[in-house]
Amino acid sequence: MESQLGLIEQSFNVRYSVWAREALDEFPDNFTITDPSISGHPIVFASWGFLKMSGYSKEEVIGKNGRIFQGPGTNRRSVMEIREAIRQERPIQINLLNYRKDGTPFWMLFHMRPVFSKEDGRVIHFVAVQVPILRKLRRLSGSGFGGRNGVNLCEDGSMLRETVFGSCRREVCSDSVVELGRVLALDSVLDSDNGELEVEEPCEANDSEKLRAATAINNILSVLTHYSESTGRSVCGKRGSLSGMGLLGSSLIISLGRIKQSFVLTDPHLPDMPIVYASDAFLKLTGYARDEVLGRNCRFLSGVDTDSSTLFQIKESIRMEQACTVRILNYRKDNNSFWNLLHISPVRNATGKIAYFVGVQIEEGCRNQDRQGLSPEMRQLSVVGAVKVAVRSLSMGASPSKS
Amino acid sequence: MLRIKRVPTVVSNYQKEEAEDQKGCGRNCLRNCCIKGAKLPLYTYKRINKIVSGKGLLGHEDKEPPVAFLDSLLLGEWEDRMQRGLFRYDVTACETKVIPGEHGFIAQLNEGRHLKKRPTEFRVDKVLQPFDGNKFNFTKVGQEEVLFQFEPSEDDEVQFFPDAPIDVENSPSVVAINVSPIEYGHVLLIPRIFECLPQRIDRESFLLALDMAAEAANPYFRLGYNSLGAFATINHLHFQAYYLAVPFPIEKAPTKKITTLDGGVKISEMLNYPVRGLVFEGGNTLQDLSDAVSDSCICLQVNNIPYNVLISDCGKRVFLLPQCYAEKQALGEVSAELLDTQVNPAVWEISGHMVLKRKKDYEEASEENAWRLLAEVSLSEERFQEVNALIFEAIAGGDNGNGNGNVTPQPPEEFNPIDKSSHPTMVVGNQECLVLQ
Repeated sequence: MESQLGLIEQSFNVRYSVWAREALDEFPDNFTITDPSISGHPIVFASWGFLKMSGYSKEEVIGKNGRIFQGPGTNRRSVMEIREAIRQERPIQINLLNYRKDGTPFWMLFHMRPVFSKEDGRVIHFVAVQVPILRKLRRLSGSGFGGRNGVNLCEDGSMLRETVFGSCRREVCSDSVVELGRVLALDSVLDSDNGELEVEEPCEANDSEKLRAATAINNILSVLTHYSESTGRSVCGKRGSLSGMGLLGSSLIISLGRIKQSFVLTDPHLPDMPIVYASDAFLKLTGYARDEVLGRNCRFLSGVDTDSSTLFQIKESIRMEQACTVRILNYRKDNNSFWNLLHISPVRNATGKIAYFVGVQIEEGCRNQDRQGLSPEMRQLSVVGAVKVAVRSLSMGASPSKS
Repeated sequence: MLRIKRVPTVVSNYQKEEAEDQKGCGRNCLRNCCIKGAKLPLYTYKRINKIVSGKGLLGHEDKEPPVAFLDSLLLGEWEDRMQRGLFRYDVTACETKVIPGEHGFIAQLNEGRHLKKRPTEFRVDKVLQPFDGNKFNFTKVGQEEVLFQFEPSEDDEVQFFPDAPIDVENSPSVVAINVSPIEYGHVLLIPRIFECLPQRIDRESFLLALDMAAEAANPYFRLGYNSLGAFATINHLHFQAYYLAVPFPIEKAPTKKITTLDGGVKISEMLNYPVRGLVFEGGNTLQDLSDAVSDSCICLQVNNIPYNVLISDCGKRVFLLPQCYAEKQALGEVSAELLDTQVNPAVWEISGHMVLKRKKDYEEASEENAWRLLAEVSLSEERFQEVNALIFEAIAGGDNGNGNGNVTPQPPEEFNPIDKSSHPTMVVGNQECLVLQ
């Protein structure tokens, strides 16, 4: 868990200079930044406005996936559309019902855009802005909600700004918040319609809300672009060149991130068949960091006592495009050796042709981690299956947007 | 009597057309001749029947969940059978693509799926037909084609027994491979296999299917059902399922709400989709959703209306599609051009996933073609509204069968997600009280 949190901190800190956080804190908007290359596609940054709107603390949000804000009233089709936009690495603007920490639902305009690496065009982060949609206030039915609802609205500075000032003011004045709260609480009492809050009726954002979202996200992207330059890892809002050195799309990376076992993907079409993906578990098993293994052929795992006939067997199977299982002596970064029950299989993409080979490692003698009783061999095969599904499916569709 | 001729899909390596002799076959099947002492992995799942909380159904919703155990089991066993050569072809070697366009229909070129055999006659005018032991059924498949038994747990937790005996008396449900897969992981869910139920939906079996969808916890693992007369080829109760990590066109279709039932199930109709159908979602419990759908299916069965069902989004959305293509085909009302594609529009095709056997059809596959084919499958607007009326009369009579409307909320422990933060959870919907933690 520590390493996960470390990755999350790094996700932001490595890419953007220290002043970036301060700059982002200047914005009153509600937004989150997520990293698709970390297993679970977690939130790595949440604006204070977002935390206020949702009612969560920073610790409750960082590291979590956006789905924690969804609930039973959230339109499933909308969730699917967002999933698709992530998969296709393109922007999306959609009305969505979310839930605060206290369980109350609210409609908002969800506007998300990918952030690309200037150098190689892959997706580094997704930025999502949430603009609450304020409509005619209605009380929730049932006891005790009226007052509660009023209180909630009070706390949400952005909503109040909308009704009372009718213009897009950045600053939130805390005195006026209290004042506005009283005004709104009065509104809800006077509102004659006491029907249930119809969460199912989709709320449409109006043009001013859409403009607000677009402006906010542009501002955030400007900040990120600016503060990424000094770290030498520049980003931009539009994808530049796709220098395709065996790059996996972020959707494939997200899918592969769900697989908890140790495995790698290698690309037979690139010179010397390098590793193009390595799972966290693989890195843990072998002791290497990700940038120490990506781009290298697997042979670095072999050492003095590795049986050359086993290596030959692997080579032959790959040549014959067949699966194989071998028992091979491998070496970790610290030179400690271990017996690796290695299973290798070709993986085809949507064209029907082989796109990668997957290698799944099991350390012999290691206590069976899987408390639920799948045999190691079965778990290996399940990794192969999951990889095959991901690679095939995710290479079928519209290619990532080139914008 | 209406019949059509088609070559049935071979789902098992032991499927033959002529009648089998009943005595010992020496082929390691599931009948009395071979079943004694047989073992099969058993997966028992915890039945989720609690009220849907504000935070979604499963506890581990805070991250992109890891591959669920059932998912791993199914994928692992399937890959195992693949490496053992049990499938008639490698489906991952079949070219596939999303057809450009607004809807994203999916086409696959699969020349090996359909055999060049003599077509069999299928009766398409009766949705309910009695089980016929002389015909092929799933007790005749080889044991190696069965992956595991799938049952609700007696305790309150998921359990896995890699080597459980098959207890026929217990009437287990099983998951078997489809040897002519449409996609990776194509399996058959056969409820209470030894009871030899005919292909018709009942409440218990449908709930099993929904449970499986929820348990796999993968929005790209969908289950489907074809009634007789809607291109089911085997009259032995079964559902199908497979993995495809892209959205189906039917899932993207906008919907318009028609009503919400007492149990909290929302029913909508699809808009801007070539086949008219209903979408069921929500429900205070999974059982509410399940019963609403199965009661609707039973209504259609009783009224002899063929239909298909798609279970998607981990069991959160279910599509019900009455159809009439087989009848049209039998009456000679389908154009030769469409017939030539030999696409039988069953649940997957209707959902937007077309398997094409001719290269020409694959290369020329377009959104217009796909739309045109599926439009032929759909009921007309008038007929659809008539069918809806029948369905609503059957199910919206106030009570979903489990006396709902005043469902007492579950104690707070049930709601607790696995992560440590506790927070008040509000139950949205008809319930009047707020559950605080």
